Amino acid sequence: MTEPKKQAAEKEGWVRVLDSDEVRRAITRIAHEIIERNKGAQSLAVVGVRTRGEHLAERIAKMIEGIENMTIPRGVVDITLYRDDIAHNPEQPLVRGTELPFNVDKKAIILVDDVLFTGRTIRAAIDAIIDYGRPRSVQLAVLCDRGHRELPIRADYVGKNLSSSKQEVVEVCLSESDDEDAVYIRPSRKPKEGA
Amino acid sequence: MSSTDLKIGPHLLGIRGLSREQVEFILATAAQFVEVSERPIKRVPTLRGKTVVNLFLEASTRTRTSFEIAAKRLSADAVNIGAKDSSVTKGETLLDTVWTLQAMAPDVIVMRHPSSGAAHFIAQHLTRSAVVNAGDGLHEHPTQALLDALTIKQKLGKLTGLKIVLVGDVFRGRVARSNIFLHTLLGNEVRAVAPPTFIPPDLAQLGVKLYHDLPSALDGADVVMSLRIKTEYLQDAFIPSTDEYCRRFCITEPILAKYAPESIVLAPGPFNRGIEMSSEVVDGPRSQISKQVNYGVAVRMAVIYLLAIRQGAMNLSEHLKEHSA
Amino acid sequence: MSKKIVLIGGRVCDPGSGVDGDFDVLIEDGKVAAVEKPGAFAGLQDVDVENVAGLLVVPGLMDVHVHLREPGFEWKETVATGSAAAAAGGFTTVCCMPNTKPVNDSGQTTRYILERAREAGLADVLPIGAITKGSEGVELAPMIELFEAGCVAFSDDGLPVMDANVMRRALEYSSMLGTVLSVHEEDLNLSRGFAMNEGVTSLKLGLKGFPEAAENVMIARDIELARLTGARVHFCHVSTARGALLVKRAKEDGIKVTAEVTPHHLTLTETACEDFNTLAKVSPPLRLDEDVHALREALESGVLDCIASDHAPHDPDTKNCAFSEASNGLLGLQTNVPLLFRLVQRGDISLRRMIESATTAPARCFGIEPNRIRKGSRANIAVLDPNRKILLTKEYLCSKSKNTPFLDQEFQGIAVKTFVGGRKVYDLGVTSA
Repeated sequence: MTEPKKQAAEKEGWVRVLDSDEVRRAITRIAHEIIERNKGAQSLAVVGVRTRGEHLAERIAKMIEGIENMTIPRGVVDITLYRDDIAHNPEQPLVRGTELPFNVDKKAIILVDDVLFTGRTIRAAIDAIIDYGRPRSVQLAVLCDRGHRELPIRADYVGKNLSSSKQEVVEVCLSESDDEDAVYIRPSRKPKEGA
Repeated sequence: MSSTDLKIGPHLLGIRGLSREQVEFILATAAQFVEVSERPIKRVPTLRGKTVVNLFLEASTRTRTSFEIAAKRLSADAVNIGAKDSSVTKGETLLDTVWTLQAMAPDVIVMRHPSSGAAHFIAQHLTRSAVVNAGDGLHEHPTQALLDALTIKQKLGKLTGLKIVLVGDVFRGRVARSNIFLHTLLGNEVRAVAPPTFIPPDLAQLGVKLYHDLPSALDGADVVMSLRIKTEYLQDAFIPSTDEYCRRFCITEPILAKYAPESIVLAPGPFNRGIEMSSEVVDGPRSQISKQVNYGVAVRMAVIYLLAIRQGAMNLSEHLKEHSA
Repeated sequence: MSKKIVLIGGRVCDPGSGVDGDFDVLIEDGKVAAVEKPGAFAGLQDVDVENVAGLLVVPGLMDVHVHLREPGFEWKETVATGSAAAAAGGFTTVCCMPNTKPVNDSGQTTRYILERAREAGLADVLPIGAITKGSEGVELAPMIELFEAGCVAFSDDGLPVMDANVMRRALEYSSMLGTVLSVHEEDLNLSRGFAMNEGVTSLKLGLKGFPEAAENVMIARDIELARLTGARVHFCHVSTARGALLVKRAKEDGIKVTAEVTPHHLTLTETACEDFNTLAKVSPPLRLDEDVHALREALESGVLDCIASDHAPHDPDTKNCAFSEASNGLLGLQTNVPLLFRLVQRGDISLRRMIESATTAPARCFGIEPNRIRKGSRANIAVLDPNRKILLTKEYLCSKSKNTPFLDQEFQGIAVKTFVGGRKVYDLGVTSA
């Protein structure tokens, strides 16, 4: 699943909006805010949205564990089966599965994703989680909120608010899957020939 | 991993015609669906508003139920039509049945039919529905072979370099045929063991090694598949009696322990205890029979899911074309 | 009295009369009036001149194995549409099989077919009577009655005479008429439920097979019965290499057997059934490469005497279904000549043998007068253009049915004009195709 290394030449026209230190600080701040808002980490569970949300969730969970000195259950949701655009997509997306290896009931679930955009992914992710039980609450943490919502969804914890146009793309790079921690805004790629 | 280069469909008519990558993709998708059946709410909303017609023109409870559950767990509307309900018994031709169904615009038609090639035939005539072959005559039963493969993969952790032994009526078995296509495709060694009436020499041309005694066929086997011996075989002079078949070809635990100690045992459909396999084998730790049923639903979910979304997108683009013209 | 017709500029090829060269042909009163050196008829007045320069002028082709489906299955074909297909295919003379409804096992049915043929007036139709009543293989059909009504041979085609004793009696009985029994060889126990040739393809497709042995054992049986009775047996549509070998040995032993082969068995193999193509479903089924090669050699060497099409029209409903439920058979009358030219072009058979196997050879097998191009013969003549290309479209096919696996293929070599009894019954024209 590793993305090809993003060479500097390929990043022409890309604008870096967060560097690796800023990413780290944003995650640290979010972890603290979560603990503060929930008055500790009892009954918390951190769930990432595949793929980059999964890495962020892992980092946040680790950080909370370090601060609170306790184990935090974590999980992953794959929203493929919950998408609302399945009829529009001629591709057959690979289903990668949801893993929630804990009892969802009465948990305060921190749902983590990299970018909050239209809100449709989060809607799908919430639906997926609710199929596993009845959490006490679901809170949303994102590294970036770029606006342009199409559903009434907002984030509880935001690393950075970005102002981007709808045509632009927000690229989140994380060292787990890319070669660095950074966030870029880039123009959308030209459509591939024949695509 | 991009899935564009291994698109499945528009139909699933047989294992023959699939590439190795496509088989692996279906199995990878199916493996994820196993988990859905383990949830408290065994249902995902993926195919809301899609219709799956189970057209079973030959009696089958197991397969039909499996497809029905699979469709329902994906939130599709599943409609069952049996030979008795359909107008086939009133003399309607298969083509007319197809036109009628087409007018109801199902996204997926799952068909079981007593004639080989029936699924290919309806697929040629349907433009807006995906066809899943759930068994056509003596030809193929692809989802059964796929679920067998998923069972093997989940249990043994791999699907290559295996020695697979088919025991029983290979000649007239669609399950056997699909399994032969699948395992020769994946590069496994496929052996068949039965009296010569059940394993014609031409099978060797499909890459199958033929045996007439159980011990040499089982030697070092990883997977043993037991195929059903039907009593009507006696009339066609395939075997003198099931008792006599049993003398040489019944799969028993002592034989497995001696010649294929590491093997697992699969059996596709209904089986006869004490004829194809001893009860000790059926109920023993090698037996994967209940797992097969389990994985059957997951495989059929994967197939319906993959075909329905592709068909849905194709229909939508047709629809948009019509309305923009 | 009809107008005189003169065919000028063609190459006359009539192996039966030992003629092969550039000649002009004069037709008068339904007969060949003269065959002369080019230009001999230049001065003639009041004649229709047919310029056949560069074309082959051959005796009207004869097909001893066609199904015209009338009476009983008129939606598939009629004597009239079948005759039109024959005319368009260069065939002036066709022998129609008795598996109609009712089966042609009575003089009445024979006369009905002949009457229909006269009305159509496009081909000489020679009915074949049933060997057994209803072709049920049990009691002999009234062969004398059938013979007197106009049947030229007997057959239960589509089915074998499974009972060897009935077959023996039929051979003995028919021998007094000097007629031949034309037999479809298939052991029904071995072929039960078949959909195609038994082999690796049938195994892949899960279709029940017709093993070649099912044909061979019956050929072998009837060779022995021909030997026993001294009667003449003609083997329909031999499809196996072994079958051809058995015929060869029987002939070497002086047993009175003859045999036909179809153009489809000379050109297609069982792989045509891949993808469940019902248009390639036929009985006996398409076999293997080695069979095809052996059959070509056997045809060229004369072991297999003649070409016969087994023209078997079927309506779309009986082909538009699952393979195992589809009817057996494919069209032949208009694909025969193009397929034979294909074999000639590939060097599989000689042109002379091709003409012979569709003119004098079938007549010899059935013991009937062949069409000839010589003074005094009935003017049944076909004009073939070995170079003319044609796309085999549904529109081109005159048959009521369109069931042929060769549809939309391009061919080179085709019948362009056909004369029956001195009358032009077909002309492809120069612009079409």
